[in-house]
Amino acid sequence: MSKRIDVSDLNIYYGDFLAVEGVSMAIEPRSVTAFIGPSGCGKSTFLRSLNRMHEVIPGARVEGKVVMDGQDLYGSDVDPVDVRRTVGMVFQRPNPFPTMSIAENVLAGARLNSKRMRKSEADDLVESSLQGANLWNEVKDRLDRPGAGLSGGQQQRLCIARAIAVKPDVLLMDEPCSALDPISTLAIEDLIQKLKSDYTIVIVTHNMQQASRVSDATAFFNIAGTGKPGKLIEMADTATIFSNPTQKATEDYVSGRFG
Amino acid sequence: MTATSTPPREAVPQQRVRQRPGDRIFAGLSTAAAVMILVILAGVAVFLVWQAAPALVAAPEQIGGESFWAQVTPLLFGTVLSAALALLIGAPLGVSIALFITHFAPRKLAAPLGYIIDLLAAIPSIVYGLWGVFVFAPAVVPIYTWLNENLGWFPLFAGPVASGRTMLTVGLVLAVMVLPVITALSREVFRQTPTLQQEAALALGATRWEMIKYAVIPYGKSGVVAASMLGLGRALGETMAVAAVLSIGGGITFNLISNQNPATIAANIALQFPESTGIGVNLLIATGLVLFVITFLVNFAARAIVARTTKG
Repeated sequence: MSKRIDVSDLNIYYGDFLAVEGVSMAIEPRSVTAFIGPSGCGKSTFLRSLNRMHEVIPGARVEGKVVMDGQDLYGSDVDPVDVRRTVGMVFQRPNPFPTMSIAENVLAGARLNSKRMRKSEADDLVESSLQGANLWNEVKDRLDRPGAGLSGGQQQRLCIARAIAVKPDVLLMDEPCSALDPISTLAIEDLIQKLKSDYTIVIVTHNMQQASRVSDATAFFNIAGTGKPGKLIEMADTATIFSNPTQKATEDYVSGRFG
Repeated sequence: MTATSTPPREAVPQQRVRQRPGDRIFAGLSTAAAVMILVILAGVAVFLVWQAAPALVAAPEQIGGESFWAQVTPLLFGTVLSAALALLIGAPLGVSIALFITHFAPRKLAAPLGYIIDLLAAIPSIVYGLWGVFVFAPAVVPIYTWLNENLGWFPLFAGPVASGRTMLTVGLVLAVMVLPVITALSREVFRQTPTLQQEAALALGATRWEMIKYAVIPYGKSGVVAASMLGLGRALGETMAVAAVLSIGGGITFNLISNQNPATIAANIALQFPESTGIGVNLLIATGLVLFVITFLVNFAARAIVARTTKG
């Protein structure tokens, strides 16, 4: 269920504005790939182009290819809705559906497509997804309570449970810990380590320690100036990026000299 | 911030809060406005009760042979039926239009459509009434005839069909009249749905409609209920359009397409008032009091519904 993604010469536009230019990279299955870089360098935009979520903004379009296991995600016959069912996403701030209970939140994605589920099937899916997100023990006695009543860190794990309940191949995380306290952050990082045995994980982070802790490969994005497109500067094993990068800009960034 | 983390307050000498003139003027103005609306409402209520009292206590012979409640019940029935029809037709339509404007229409179409809907609210009700009598009622007669021929066994469509100035026509005209307020308010709440919620649904692989079902409608539900209640208020109190369109026969009937219809309270007051004197006027005002109370009850019920559904 874990898949490899190959991106070649990807340009991302918002209307006429070129936001990200010429990105080529290979994202390995069963590993964690981190995107780092200063604000506005296009790493979130690029992440969102991997499940076509950037298309939510009117005028957004791409040139180039994103190939997942031989299939171009931007092929003319590909429905973005299907892409998003195989490439799940977790956002910067936890966003459980406020009117739904914990269990309903987990089942939200699985219930799409008007799929009917037997009660026992649904219960099993809720349990396995919450187990998968390391949340089961904390919420098993209150599955019918609103998801919005949980703490921020628990809500974010609920969102991860909701994302893995649809059994995606890839999990994208857009700064998943930036709204969380250090303890909750640690819980999410542990969870990422556990999830990578089953999923391809791509994470955007502002926190370089986090990138070095959780990721196997790291991609550094940078921007030449305001109004210029973001670019991929360098991508390598996380250890290499943080200890022995080939580019001066990468070294300056990871050593804290700018950004 | 919790009490334990703040340093003890007593040490700081109590400082007198400076009174700023701007704050005081604005506080005074808004308080005055709030008091004024209560005074006006109380004034209307007192007037209604005071003027209605003679009719409420009068013997049946004094007010035309029948007791007050026997006279007001058909009117009440007609009022509630016409408003319910209007809401039944207008609310789904208004919500659909609002969703179209906020989530489906291309931007170039959405804005003009919004203006046109808002414009509908500015048309005087007598114009709707005249349009209902001269254009709409004759136009729907063939439809009513068809309904009567094919579904005549169903009490709503028992007929006979004549001029088209029926309860169903009134309901449709009122539906058009409540459309702007329902559409405009629903549009505003739907527009404010947090992007994060919409993206949560889309990222799970929701289609546009599923996203609306998961994120937009739950978020806007209480706003839609409130909008519908404002619309219902307009439909309950609408006078001229109903007075112009409805062919009144008195009596309680669910037959929506015949010419024998119960009147509504507001239309009845408008039609009877010029010819009423003495206790007849008191009687009409008493029916107005009933409408006043019903409108209040409906609003309270709506608020209770909103409070219960938003608590979660």
